[in-house]
Amino acid sequence: MGQTFAEKILAKKAGLKRVIPGEIVQITPDVALSHDNTAPIIGIFRKMGGVKVFDTEMHAIFLDHAAPAPTTKHAENHRIIRDFVRKQGIPYFFDVGRGVCHQVLVEEGLALPGEVVLGSDSHTLHAGVMGAFGAGIGRSEMASIWALGDLWLRVPESIKIVVHGALATWVTAKDLALHVIGDLGADGALYMSVEWHGEAIEALDLSQRAVLTNMTAEVGAKNSYIPPDQKVFAYLDKRAKRVFKPVYPDSNADYTLVVEYDASTIEPMIACPHTVDNVRPLSEITGTHIDQAFIGTCTNGRLDDLAAAAHVISGKQVADGTRMIVIPASSQVYKEALRKGYIETLLNAGAVIESPGCGPCMGNHMGVPAVGEVTISSANRNFRGRMGTKESEIYLANPLVVAASAVTGVITHPKDLV
Amino acid sequence: MESKNTISGRVWKYGDNVNTDVIFPGKYTYTVSDPADMPRYALEDLDARFSAGVQPNDIIVAGTNWGCGSSREQAVICLKHGGLGAIVAKSFARIYYRNCLNAALPALICPNAVDAIGNGETIEIDLEAGEIHCNAGTFTFQPLPAAIMKIFEAGGLIPYTRNILRESHTEATHIPSS
Ligand code: SF4
Repeated sequence: MGQTFAEKILAKKAGLKRVIPGEIVQITPDVALSHDNTAPIIGIFRKMGGVKVFDTEMHAIFLDHAAPAPTTKHAENHRIIRDFVRKQGIPYFFDVGRGVCHQVLVEEGLALPGEVVLGSDSHTLHAGVMGAFGAGIGRSEMASIWALGDLWLRVPESIKIVVHGALATWVTAKDLALHVIGDLGADGALYMSVEWHGEAIEALDLSQRAVLTNMTAEVGAKNSYIPPDQKVFAYLDKRAKRVFKPVYPDSNADYTLVVEYDASTIEPMIACPHTVDNVRPLSEITGTHIDQAFIGTCTNGRLDDLAAAAHVISGKQVADGTRMIVIPASSQVYKEALRKGYIETLLNAGAVIESPGCGPCMGNHMGVPAVGEVTISSANRNFRGRMGTKESEIYLANPLVVAASAVTGVITHPKDLV
Repeated sequence: MESKNTISGRVWKYGDNVNTDVIFPGKYTYTVSDPADMPRYALEDLDARFSAGVQPNDIIVAGTNWGCGSSREQAVICLKHGGLGAIVAKSFARIYYRNCLNAALPALICPNAVDAIGNGETIEIDLEAGEIHCNAGTFTFQPLPAAIMKIFEAGGLIPYTRNILRESHTEATHIPSS
């Protein structure tokens, strides 16, 4: 019997011939990702008796969650991290304004095929878009990696998702992700490694593929993987920080579950309050009132997302009484969007552009809703209280739908606008 | 005095898919940093009676996917520091499960027991034997793997790492096992 991606890469990293699901292996990751939570991790590291980190090159540290700092407390948090980075001599540090960690990790050529990325963030699965094994871990675990260089991992069972056909107009990877999440449920892939295969996946641009690996967190998965192809290698040409060797699953690998979808039957989907798997077709909830439309985050804040929003909103205005917040996922995205005129189009329509980072995604700043308000967002989570107050509602949608809804003030299908 | 490996306490029973945003709200993640202050906000948005009513060794019994959502460790620490003795669930979100074991808070998977146990009853968990004793009878669960027990016996990942670092100071260097 062949091996899945997860089995192959974990065996390789553990120096074993093969491993089986359920087995515990000790792994030294290629990348240890942390963000604003680096400050509390430093505290734990000290408590452990840590003085010097095991390997400075392993670290990738980002200030993105509340960046630039909204309060003095946040600013002090950032200062602690900058001091630590300087004293330890950590080379891969990305200060406020550079962008959301998962996006920047890819842009910087630090998420590489056949490598392991462990991050103290639940969307570290994102790195699977490049063919890496990306998994989220806790803060103490991160501090332990800093100290010892390695960590235990349980070899996961694997699920194979095969997507045939092609996505229809107005339908994006976000809708495919929401469709799958609605189908599998919030615990549909608990502890598991998810692999995305099929011609519909191959046809997607990297930016769209990243929506899938990012959102696989919402079915409880450990990691999410798309086999790296020419698109990945071309993107990494000149970017990759290290020489890499891709890992592919065997064609006769043993999967706990194989699910198949036909992309052409999927319509625009919305995740309704207050869980990501509470998914319904857009057509069933058009007309729902919104107060705020938000485009941004590691999920849908890339160039193609801003382009989609600009396309829908071009020549129109954000509705009276509605706010539209746009946050490019990174400074590179921001620069490109400026150059291509998307930012100007969005500004002309009345949108607010904020500096790259997570913004209001988890309720920190730059566009949190008031009590009783409704947000339509291109992010990945709509849990109660996620954006700051539990007395507000979040609908998740693709950027075309978010932009169309900004224009009308109610949830709107973009085809009814353009 | 009961043994270290036996936990006896009152049950707080909850449903499926309880996420970390309701166990420890995101708005506190950068403002409440002292573990001693965290229990006050535990389950704030799910059960307002919990933080004032929880007693040492009480046990949460929950449905599937307990602790889904953000990876925040405070969602474990706020319960651990509040005195919680264990969590029994049908299943756990992955990172939450890891955070529990690394904090030496027993996280036990036992779907049958969850269905049988009632809210407010007193149950006893024998970690060594892998048994849960409740009104409805005795249920068994998979004992924790040896690799995890080592961390658990050290009192959590922090003391575990500290012990290794301390030992490595007497040796030349620490060489990771891979
Ligand atoms: S944008 Fe949102 S989901 Fe992405 S890393 Fe930031 S807080 Fe997390």
